[in-house]
Amino acid sequence: MMIRKTILGTVLSVLIFGPVHAEIANHKVKIGVLTDMSGPYSDLAGQGSVMAAQMAIEDFGGKVNGWPVELVSADHQSKADIASAIARKWYENEEVDAIADLVTTAAARAVREVAKEKGKVDLDSGPGSLPLTNDWCSATGFHWTYDNYATAGGTATAVIKQGGTSWFFLTADYAFGHDLQAQAERVVKANGGSVLGSVRHPFPSSDFSSFLLQAQSSGAKIIGLANAGNDTINAIKQANEFGITKNGQSIAGLLVFITDVHSLGLETAKGMLLTTGFYWDFDEGTRAFAKRFGARMNGKMPTMVQAGVYSSVSHYLKAVQQANTTEGIRVADKMREIPINDFFAKNGKIRADGRMVHDMYLAEVKAPAESKGPWDYYKILRTIPGDEAFRPLSESTCPLVKK
Amino acid sequence: MIFGVPLQALLGQLLLGLINGAFYAMLSLGLALIFGLLNIINFTHGALYMAGAFAAWLVLTYLGIGYWGALLLAPLAVGLFGMLLERFLLSRLYKLDHLYGLLLTFGLALVIEGGFRQLYGVSGMPYPVPKELQGGWNLGVMYLPIYRGWVVVVSASVCLGTWLLVEKTKLGSYLRAATENRALVQAFGINVPMMVTLTFGFGVALAALAGVLAAPIYSVNPLMGSNLIIVVFAVVVIGGMGSMGGAIITSFALGLVEGLTKLLYPEAASTIIFLVMAVLLLVKPAGLFGKER
Amino acid sequence: MGGLWGKRERLAMLLLLLLALVAPFLVYPVFLMKGLCFALFASAFNLLLGYSGLLSFGHAMFFGFAAYVTAHMGKVWGVNPEWAILGGVVTAAALGLLTGWLAIRRTGIYFAMVTLAFAQMMYFVAIQAPFTHGEDGIQGVPRGRLFGFIDLGESLTLYYFVLLVFVASLWFLNRVVQSPFGQVLKAIRDNEQRAISLGYAVNRFKLLAFVLSAAFSGLAGSMKCQVFQLASLADVHWHSSGEVVLMTLLGGIGSLMGPAVGAFLVVSIENYFAEAGAWVTIIQGGIFVFCVLLFRAGIIGTLSQWLKGLYSGVGKA
Repeated sequence: MMIRKTILGTVLSVLIFGPVHAEIANHKVKIGVLTDMSGPYSDLAGQGSVMAAQMAIEDFGGKVNGWPVELVSADHQSKADIASAIARKWYENEEVDAIADLVTTAAARAVREVAKEKGKVDLDSGPGSLPLTNDWCSATGFHWTYDNYATAGGTATAVIKQGGTSWFFLTADYAFGHDLQAQAERVVKANGGSVLGSVRHPFPSSDFSSFLLQAQSSGAKIIGLANAGNDTINAIKQANEFGITKNGQSIAGLLVFITDVHSLGLETAKGMLLTTGFYWDFDEGTRAFAKRFGARMNGKMPTMVQAGVYSSVSHYLKAVQQANTTEGIRVADKMREIPINDFFAKNGKIRADGRMVHDMYLAEVKAPAESKGPWDYYKILRTIPGDEAFRPLSESTCPLVKK
Repeated sequence: MIFGVPLQALLGQLLLGLINGAFYAMLSLGLALIFGLLNIINFTHGALYMAGAFAAWLVLTYLGIGYWGALLLAPLAVGLFGMLLERFLLSRLYKLDHLYGLLLTFGLALVIEGGFRQLYGVSGMPYPVPKELQGGWNLGVMYLPIYRGWVVVVSASVCLGTWLLVEKTKLGSYLRAATENRALVQAFGINVPMMVTLTFGFGVALAALAGVLAAPIYSVNPLMGSNLIIVVFAVVVIGGMGSMGGAIITSFALGLVEGLTKLLYPEAASTIIFLVMAVLLLVKPAGLFGKER
Repeated sequence: MGGLWGKRERLAMLLLLLLALVAPFLVYPVFLMKGLCFALFASAFNLLLGYSGLLSFGHAMFFGFAAYVTAHMGKVWGVNPEWAILGGVVTAAALGLLTGWLAIRRTGIYFAMVTLAFAQMMYFVAIQAPFTHGEDGIQGVPRGRLFGFIDLGESLTLYYFVLLVFVASLWFLNRVVQSPFGQVLKAIRDNEQRAISLGYAVNRFKLLAFVLSAAFSGLAGSMKCQVFQLASLADVHWHSSGEVVLMTLLGGIGSLMGPAVGAFLVVSIENYFAEAGAWVTIIQGGIFVFCVLLFRAGIIGTLSQWLKGLYSGVGKA
């Protein structure tokens, strides 16, 4: 009986795992999109990111210097170990040359470690944490769309200029939430504002009434939400419900995606300030892309993360074309050399620490009467020049930055 | 000043705690009822709570039926679905260890949540507070939205009604008897399988009702139930497995404890219940109101 | 089983071992290693569930915390892997002693809930403690040199090291089960009252089983940290506790290879269906439902029943 069991186990495991793909040296370019397809970030990245990458490849003609460009995608379930395992398999065994999106910092970090070791390229569009271009930076790693410095800092600056000088933070009790709060606090204090208090809530939470009550009694003019996704949505919804916004206090979301606004509805979200790296209805170029994207995604408009995936993938392909190789370091050098000019970024440039510097936008959520229909959500109040939006290179702790 | 917190703020927090307790009560009541009779730990409870909220959103979006209709339709639809689940899947497992029931319902919960996510994404759907219940009262200690008050009223009446039904009616006495000894009740000519199916349907309908009540407050999204389930499960265990009264009382008490924690040590707000559970089970093995099986 | 099959059993084991030795040339080694780590985790869990009848719903704390300790020792203190792994195992065993000492006073569902409660508290500690770095986890842990001279940076070397640890652990766990100690455990599982009346200090046996199970779960966590060079919150989350229950049940409770096969199955679903995108959890859920309804003895149990039927010519499915 034991024998049968063991043999069965063996046969089963071979069936499950299958043979290894043989290593063939052929000329092709392979791009992987590793993202969250089932968890809390699957709407703002997920399938839309895969579609964006596919469009970037198609727009490039599907070929670079005669080499076919292939696309693979997978779900990392926001788990670092799964991300790391897939990245390793892709880079080592499946000749993937670059991995894009990488939403959630823990997953991006795990892939960064593998990419660094293998000398391959990673194009981070989804994650927001600053260490990706500081302590964890690499010569082949790029941070494309936004970071906490830009979104939290941009929003806080705008709010404080409008007179929102006293703040209270609702912070997700997570490294990511702490970082968002720190970035906003920096701006508030530098501009002479004051922080009256903060409360750290467990991640994830659904009931925010208790925290909002604490924020209310602090008397702060601004309640800063240092959280993301459903936490932000629930907090804003309940702030409305408890009449907090009616009584003179305002909400500032430090990281808000257009999918969050879509879920909240304009009636609830109207008037909120936020900083974004991309808005689909900004100009001709963004509208053209959004229209094509929407046609293939059931009318959904691209988020900044998805647009960033398009931009990063097409810039990568351009660099491969000009460097005439897929070898990581050489492509990465070429990527730093050429400026980025597409619908996403005007004269974007990549710094030594891997940060892609481009303009960010300060947006205000429209009132329902101002909106012409679904996804017509933002009024762009101001373009924040890239050099102002992102943390100066001189403050970077990345070892690659020559001082 | 109590614990260094102004009395006013404290009262406000306790009130909010009670409101949250009302949600726990409706969910744990159904779970306790199901465990009592079916001996199954229903892991789909969180998923069906979510399904209730989604049902409300669906009938509003596609049929134009508003909140009041949803309050009736969603529990009905989810209850029926639950009865199908019980009849065709769960009923095969009654003679086995309840571990298998847990595993089966866990798998089902994954499928249900995955299905909704596949169809509607994760970022959630907006659901408005019904017109009649908009606005709020200024209680002095805090501003209380009318809707939250409504939730407490509904939950308290449903809990009381269910308790009366089970404890004071003939149907309830059959139910309690079947919990004690199924074979005997069956021998008296009562259709126990039918009763079991109906109980399961009723239990999950309560979950769906909680979902409809939650829709205007929380974002209606496929993941809304997945973290709730172990908390509600802990409530049932603390109250004493299968004890309905225990589940209800514990729910409100837990709401209060959680409210206080949110004020004094907010980071621990979702952990405190497990601390309470560990300590309580070590001191009082069968929970507050349960008897050890 | 037992003595009658001794020779053939050994032969089969040898065959399996041979296969395991050549496997990294056929299959992607990192997946094999991940499978082995979870197989060890499930086998350790099975010692408790399968042979002592105690369902713990909190084993993630041992698995996850051992990984944290190994990662911290390897990365921050820079010690050799063997010490980092030992540190993880000792931590898990100590944690097991503490929580087990309290938890074994309860049985059945209450035991499960007490362990779940402790695991949730440890999850809270993992979020709050600065050394775990919140949701980013401890990443970029060097694989290091075993005993100072064996370079584990090589995937193949690491694979054979993980395999060695797995085989040795499984052998040890099997010995435990076969030993008089294991017999007493089974006696307690089947009839606790009788074991008490026979004069066994039941709680001491249960506690020892719990600590052993915790220690080997910790070993699995430490090995996983060694393989992936990271320790993260996901491993301490209650989903991991649930996952190991699933692995064990899918493979078959109380058989030597069952949990390992279940572990490989779950790990491969997670990895190979990852490219199926959002369908992963639906597929996973569907498989659980299917198995509970049709394969209750677990894969190994059901298949061996079926084969047995085939051999004796009855051919009953």
